[in-house]
Amino acid sequence: MAVFLARRLAIAMLSVIGASVVLYAVLALAPGDVFGELVSNPGIPPDVIANMREKLGLDQPIHIRYVNWALAMVQGDWGYSLVNRIDVGTLIWQRIPATLLVVGSAQALALAIALPVGVLAAMRPYSVFDQIASTLAFIGFSLPTFFTGLLFILLFSITLDWLPFIYRADLEQTGGAWVWAQLRQSIMPVTVLALFQAASWTRYVRSSVLEVIRLDYVVTARSKGLPERVVIVKHVLRNALIPVVTMVALELPVVFGGAIVTEQIFRVPGIGSLLISSIMANDTPVIMAVTFVFACLVILFNLIADVLYRWLDPRIKLH
Amino acid sequence: MTTTPLLEIRDLHTGFHTDEGLVRSVRGVSLTVARGETLALVGESGCGKSVTAHSVLKLIPMPPGQITSGQILWQGRDLVPLSIREMNRIRAREIAIVFQEPMTALNPVYSVGEQIAEVVRQHMGLGRRAAVDRAVEMLDMVGIPDARRRVGDYPHQFSGGMRQRVMIAMALACEPKLLIADEPTTALDVTIQAQILDMLQDMKERLGTAILLITHDMGVVAETAERAVVMYAGRVVEEGTVDRLFSAPAHPYTRGLIRSIPRLDGGQGRHKRLDTIAGSIPSQYANPPGCRFAPRCPLAQADCLAAQPPMTSPSADHHFACFHSVPEAIAP
Ligand SMILES: Nc1ncnc2c1ncn2[C@@H]1O[C@H](COP(=O)(O)OP(=O)(O)OP(=O)(O)O)[C@@H](O)[C@H]1O
Ligand code: SF4
Ligand SMILES: [Mg+2]
Repeated sequence: MAVFLARRLAIAMLSVIGASVVLYAVLALAPGDVFGELVSNPGIPPDVIANMREKLGLDQPIHIRYVNWALAMVQGDWGYSLVNRIDVGTLIWQRIPATLLVVGSAQALALAIALPVGVLAAMRPYSVFDQIASTLAFIGFSLPTFFTGLLFILLFSITLDWLPFIYRADLEQTGGAWVWAQLRQSIMPVTVLALFQAASWTRYVRSSVLEVIRLDYVVTARSKGLPERVVIVKHVLRNALIPVVTMVALELPVVFGGAIVTEQIFRVPGIGSLLISSIMANDTPVIMAVTFVFACLVILFNLIADVLYRWLDPRIKLH
Repeated sequence: MTTTPLLEIRDLHTGFHTDEGLVRSVRGVSLTVARGETLALVGESGCGKSVTAHSVLKLIPMPPGQITSGQILWQGRDLVPLSIREMNRIRAREIAIVFQEPMTALNPVYSVGEQIAEVVRQHMGLGRRAAVDRAVEMLDMVGIPDARRRVGDYPHQFSGGMRQRVMIAMALACEPKLLIADEPTTALDVTIQAQILDMLQDMKERLGTAILLITHDMGVVAETAERAVVMYAGRVVEEGTVDRLFSAPAHPYTRGLIRSIPRLDGGQGRHKRLDTIAGSIPSQYANPPGCRFAPRCPLAQADCLAAQPPMTSPSADHHFACFHSVPEAIAP
């Protein structure tokens, strides 16, 4: 296990470096930078802009700039956002809690829905429960989050006026009132994201459980007189989760995509909306940092999935 | 003096509801297993042996499967109306089963020790440590070398024959009164087959377990069983002591099975198949009146198609269902 972990960590590190190189290259080669607007402003002389570029090191060749960026990054200096006039690191840390809260609870909720629903549906295939669950999952999976998001806002905020449709990170309430306000503003973004995820995971869990439940060793487990709960959780679910873990890990970029859109719709001040606003403003250091954080998260979760996979399935040996 | 048999199946009917209608896989099977004996259940592929065996432990997938009528008396108590919960107190503790495919019958993600210990914890109330000790003891008993070390190994680290030994160890761990062995050696090499059968015989003697041995191999029947039940297309066609069945088989189907045993002393070449029964088993959907074997039977006459032949008993330990044949030795 230790060797496996060491190897896997090394691979993850290489992936992180590779991802940063690609991201840096793409962003550096993309047309336009933060001075784009200033150039077209006749009030600012061109040599002033050239000076500023030089000061920021933007006139150096790309590989030197990358190395400088990487060295600074390792030391915790993520650059400076000219648009927001604040350190990128500080900016990201301001935005991360909202994202973690919304995306994190959405994933937890999705899992809490998908696991039992998928298992129960597979235990009685084509039953009424299964058909309702499968239909809902199909609908949930087919509706993009921006659509359900707008629908929710229309229904619960505008028509019924029950819930706020703007998420605020700086609620002025304290204590119990804060919790209540936080809950009210989180319900819609969390639900929208969770339903979409739950819909697709339910389908994975159901089909995977259905596959496993008719295997010989499940009959063996039943022949041992184990209670049905033990048969399902211990013998079926553990095997059924092996492919699900892979699917979920592979789907993580889609989750981030959905999170970005959801954050945008509900104005959640998280890193997703930060990414979009910085792209609009050509704020390269921030774009670089946010996309890099996303890349690291994807790599991290793949690493977690691999470890989990190996724990679930003792047959897997890294050759 | 009458003693209740360990297991008595009375007129069992088990079927499966499918899109094309009810598949009647078992059509009125009756048999008994006495304490400590080995009863062989013989018949060709698809005749309903496994469905009969699985019905006893209610391991038939329901739906689509259903026990439509009949009784399964376990020490006099009918198992058919029991709930799964109640069955769980009988499974493994009183009646255990071993399957045909050792490669797929064990859960790949748990060690063999855990899979044996699990059943022991469930039924014998042993703690974790004691249950693992019991697993080691059982593995040792079924002939797994170095059991103490191998108890933590996973199924994929064992060969097919070794896995079947593990399955048998698991099945016998709670010392059940009856072991149903559903073609336990069919998937294995011939040499391994013999070893496993020997080991089963040995375990039976040590633990006093009765065995319901399912097989399609008359050679296995001759070597291991005291009595045999021959099934054809969901029905019992002949039943008796192995001695009787081999010295004076009555039903044309049984006679065909005995003639098809490969003989070592055949004139040209060693494993020469002397005879096989022509034709194939009838459709499981059709329900024509008369003998199910008629289309393949060399003795068939017009009356065979009109009615079901009843069981006749030339002696107390021999029964068969045929209008025209009589028990007699097969000419060499
Ligand atoms: N789940 C099921 N659904 C529909 N039909 C089934 C099902 N299980 C078994 N059957 C039918 O029951 C018949 C008897 O099957 P069974 O497995 O008892 O045969 P068998 O005598 O054990 O043969 P084998 O020697 O191949 O194991 C088969 O022909 C099969 O079509
Ligand atoms: S009853 Fe008729 S068809 Fe059936 S086995 Fe006997 S002779 Fe053959
Ligand atoms: Mg079978």
